Amino acid sequence: MYRLAGRLAPWFGGLCLLSLAVGLYLGLVVAPADYEQGDSYRIIYIHVPAAWMSMFTYVVMATSSAIFLIWRLKIADVVAEASAPIGAAFTAVALLTGSFWGKPMWGTWWIWDARLTSELLLLFLYLGYMALRGALDTPQGSARAAAILAVVGVVNIPIIHFSVEWWNTLHQPATITKLGKPSMHISMLRPLLLMALAFQLLYFHNLMVRMRTLILSRESRASWVAELNVETGN
Amino acid sequence: MLEFLDMGGYAFYVWTSYSFALILLGGVVLWSALQSRKVRVSTIRRAQQRKRKS
Repeated sequence: MYRLAGRLAPWFGGLCLLSLAVGLYLGLVVAPADYEQGDSYRIIYIHVPAAWMSMFTYVVMATSSAIFLIWRLKIADVVAEASAPIGAAFTAVALLTGSFWGKPMWGTWWIWDARLTSELLLLFLYLGYMALRGALDTPQGSARAAAILAVVGVVNIPIIHFSVEWWNTLHQPATITKLGKPSMHISMLRPLLLMALAFQLLYFHNLMVRMRTLILSRESRASWVAELNVETGN
Repeated sequence: MLEFLDMGGYAFYVWTSYSFALILLGGVVLWSALQSRKVRVSTIRRAQQRKRKS
């Protein structure tokens, strides 16, 4: 797994940069201004992918935590631990960019509505998970406690997703749904999907790098570690 | 060019948002890379020293 992560990381990183460059060019330069929101809507190209990834990363973290709790698979715990800071960063980006989009459109930086509050709760879940990992004396104990928190917290994901349908909120409903037709023109939708791909690749690149670090520090006493090259790590 | 940077009068909101994204996501990538290098160098060196001693 350590070697596989090392091989995959540069590919994810390279493809991420490529899709990021094309996505940003299409989103900031080529896509037309919105007839209602003007150019302020261009925040969508980072806000929406960051919000999607904040939920996706949490689902990965909760699933791998459940696998760790049930089957005691150490690599699942590595995936969960490596995902947490990346997910926290995506959530912080979604909240901050949403605030900067909300001010010119809604006239306020923040409102305690269901979507925003549940997304803020997601950030606290990530921070709580990371704090728990270092809080207990034994690594096994902290891994188990953090995994339980991750699994319990997954209940927040459908709340975030359906909050705009279940409650009255200032936040707009989903732009893209699995069953319905997207409410965006293709010229605006294409960069959004490219940016979503770029954020997904960024997650996988970062996940691979962080997994390698965690595997190496956990397996520091294994004989294969002494055979590695200090500069390349391979 | 100035028209592009002005973002139809929303320059502050748009560019601040993009700057936050760059700082936070770029920061995580950079932090992970630096931490990876630090752990790699110290862990492998220690493992090699142990192997030489034994």
